Amino acid sequence: MLDLKGYGPALMEGAVVTIELAFLSLALAVVLGLIGASAKLSNSRAAKGAATAYTTLIRGVPDLVMMLLFYYGGQVVVNMLSDYIWDAYEIDFFFQFDPFISGVLTIGLIFGAYMTETFRGAFLAVESGQIEAARAYGFTRWHTFRRIMFPQMLRHALPGIGNNWQVLLKTTALVSIIGLTDMVRVAEEAAKAERMPFHFFIPVAFMYLTLTAGSELFIKWLNKRANVGVVQEG
Amino acid sequence: MPDFIAQWLNQNDIFTAMTIMEYWDGLVTTVHLVFLSLVIGLAVAVPLAIMRTVRNPFISGPVWLYTYLFRGTPLLIQLYIIYYGLAQIEGIQETFWWEIFREPFYPALLAFTLNTAAYTTEIIRGAIVSTPHGEIEAAKAYGMNWFLRMRRIVLPSAARRAVQAYSNEVIFMLHASAIASVVTIVDLTGAARNIYSRFYAPFDAFLFVALLYMLLTFALVFAFRKLENHLLKHQRPLSS
Repeated sequence: MLDLKGYGPALMEGAVVTIELAFLSLALAVVLGLIGASAKLSNSRAAKGAATAYTTLIRGVPDLVMMLLFYYGGQVVVNMLSDYIWDAYEIDFFFQFDPFISGVLTIGLIFGAYMTETFRGAFLAVESGQIEAARAYGFTRWHTFRRIMFPQMLRHALPGIGNNWQVLLKTTALVSIIGLTDMVRVAEEAAKAERMPFHFFIPVAFMYLTLTAGSELFIKWLNKRANVGVVQEG
Repeated sequence: MPDFIAQWLNQNDIFTAMTIMEYWDGLVTTVHLVFLSLVIGLAVAVPLAIMRTVRNPFISGPVWLYTYLFRGTPLLIQLYIIYYGLAQIEGIQETFWWEIFREPFYPALLAFTLNTAAYTTEIIRGAIVSTPHGEIEAAKAYGMNWFLRMRRIVLPSAARRAVQAYSNEVIFMLHASAIASVVTIVDLTGAARNIYSRFYAPFDAFLFVALLYMLLTFALVFAFRKLENHLLKHQRPLSS
């Protein structure tokens, strides 16, 4: 049996941190993606421009650089803000910008840009006749979105969401670099202390494999469900 | 304008000639590392992709396993395993390999190459599998053998279909190379981290490299768009 030299529980806790981080970032990314896609498809030039700037900027910068910027820069901004609040209102406000929050913000922001593209494509894939029909029935814009666009869009968006999720899961490993004790960090410390790199990194690699393989199956199942009643061509 | 820049350069402590040289060295390291891993990775990926499409499971199986393992785990873990792991192999420190792998550059190059080769293999495999049947039938009808068919028909046609996905992989690799800085390589990100810790100026250090990475990315996007236009020239609608 695998002997983890007493690091087993720490590794398990690290795995939980990884999963929490991944799910929170995914939630943020989906919200940002929906906002971004709506902005890109809106008639407002300002909203379109802002969304395009967002996706272009994010895709030009490496995730690690952005994470370092948020982690180190975020604290500087918070300190400036808390100084200002103290000077102006004499309220003692302080907030530690920890690696977990920086990780969720960065990963959510990065994948929000990818999700924007996914959702944009999915919204465009919904037939315009569906929307016209909804408007003809007197649905409001919000109603059309919620009842007609969103459920039909989801089917087209699922494969893209699945791909993004797989990449996101692997990106969470980067947060160990800014000091979050996720499973990579625990494995790194254990490997250094015990001088046994293979012994600790390979189980963590398999943990990631299990997560990606499990998600693959789950996404396949979701896809199948979402496509019930759709006649496949060919 | 030049006066303004000169004045600004004189007034700040961070963007001095010395730090700009550090950034420049980092840029050279990043480009060097990414370029080498992409070229070697592509050279490895083409034969692997062909092996992956072969019917014999003893040939395609191991390639499948390799791409599955490298695509299913984070690059950071692969880098750690290679960087820390190579030093632990019994007796490696007595061989000439140690002269090579003692530098962090080569373990990182190995990890990046293996990673990009796995992704590229799958991209090329996808392109090979989607070759239209007619093209292969026509080649067979002309009496081409397997090798000639691969070289003249399948691979050139697959290259056209793969170039878009491959350009994404190239950009992904450029961005992924930032993690080289965690194994003490002073690439662009490494230079920014050093300058950050010297001046405690996160915005000057990281925003500046973010800008450099962005310029590199846009240059790559532009170059690939040119390449794509060139490769798909025959599919462009005739201009009236």
